[in-house]
Amino acid sequence: MNVKLWFLIHKWSSLVCTLFLLMLCITGLPLIFHHELEHLLEDEVEAPAMPTDTPMASLDVLSERARSARPGDVIRFMFWDDEDHPNQTFVSLAPTQDAKAEEARTLVLDSRTGALLDEPGPPGGFLYIMFKLHVDLFAGLPGMLFLGFMGLLFVVAIISGVVLYAPFMRKLDFGTVRRERSSRLQWLDLHNLLGVVTLVWALVVGLTGAINTLSPIVVGLWQQGQLAAMTADYAERPAPEQIGSVQQALDTASASAEGMHLSLIAWPGSQFSSPHHYGVFFRGDTPLTSRLLQPVLVDASAGHALEPEALPWYVQTLLLSQPLHFGDYGGMPLKVIWALLDIITIVVLISGLYLWLGRRTSAARRVEEINNGGQEAQP
Amino acid sequence: MSRSPRTLWQVFRAPLLLAVLSMIGLVAALIGDGLLDLLSWLALGSTLLVIAWYWSRPSG
Repeated sequence: MNVKLWFLIHKWSSLVCTLFLLMLCITGLPLIFHHELEHLLEDEVEAPAMPTDTPMASLDVLSERARSARPGDVIRFMFWDDEDHPNQTFVSLAPTQDAKAEEARTLVLDSRTGALLDEPGPPGGFLYIMFKLHVDLFAGLPGMLFLGFMGLLFVVAIISGVVLYAPFMRKLDFGTVRRERSSRLQWLDLHNLLGVVTLVWALVVGLTGAINTLSPIVVGLWQQGQLAAMTADYAERPAPEQIGSVQQALDTASASAEGMHLSLIAWPGSQFSSPHHYGVFFRGDTPLTSRLLQPVLVDASAGHALEPEALPWYVQTLLLSQPLHFGDYGGMPLKVIWALLDIITIVVLISGLYLWLGRRTSAARRVEEINNGGQEAQP
Repeated sequence: MSRSPRTLWQVFRAPLLLAVLSMIGLVAALIGDGLLDLLSWLALGSTLLVIAWYWSRPSG
């Protein structure tokens, strides 16, 4: 095995991504608890208590309500999150269907009465800043893809680190931390221990994070691929001037999604549907299937549903990458474990940086140390 | 600390066990709730206990 080559791969892949990874770990920490923090920091609204069997208002009433709250805007999406926000309907509006994300606003309506619960202003605040830094460095798609590349370098750093672990540990027991010799040796041993123990978690979170940065591309592929193929018959027709009832579209779609829960409705012409169809997205109810969506396209003027097709593998991969990156699928204990592993990753990054900054010997000597089974090379 | 060089298996058996536990932990909570959540916390949390144990014990 070429230890020198792997040492250089580990050194350079780490050096390039370390500062960005540190930023990602630090901004990611509050994002793990975003739901709890929103509750605390941003006096989040709640739907008033009503008898549990109170029926949902018609979606036509809800959409009328939303439009009258923001005249001049069009509805892009309606979505629901029964677990964290029961009895609330989120309505995303924007000046046009293809408006920039910054121009969109999301209203919160009471699903049963249509009462306007909240009309958030332009996005801002602590969590928004953390979120934007974490997702795209306030730099849109290029920022997103750049961070995705940093994530891939992180994966390379982890793999090369594991390769070097083998020769380094040849003369050491698992978990050895040599404290009395020098602070460099102590941090080198800790770097190796913490890195190898959190290996799988860091790989999974790094890789799924990189996959998440591809989401705009994945959505584009789906629009050009499956969505275009399913609605090929409509391609030549102009977009309908009048669109039909969204409640009827939901009723029609529900017939082909028995036992599933409503997750999102995309309006005709929005990012997640064709110009001619309501895109009604359903989810399952186990932790796994609640992340996987099943769209049903409903002709927005004629009212009939198209034969549903399962989403292609690349969309499913993206959808599955989300919980594995966020750690939000196993209750509060999993979030706490996620946060602690995140902090340990910060220690691995900082100790790696410290070992590089504090280097007093040549790369050749450090390669020799690895080859010597972690024993410092004789001068 | 014994001086004989470790085989690859000896070097990697503990990390491998922790890797398998981590994978079980990551997947368990995804496929179900209740007991599977508990399994997830224990399996993924074991990595934290291992770190706490080796980090806090006197020099080895």
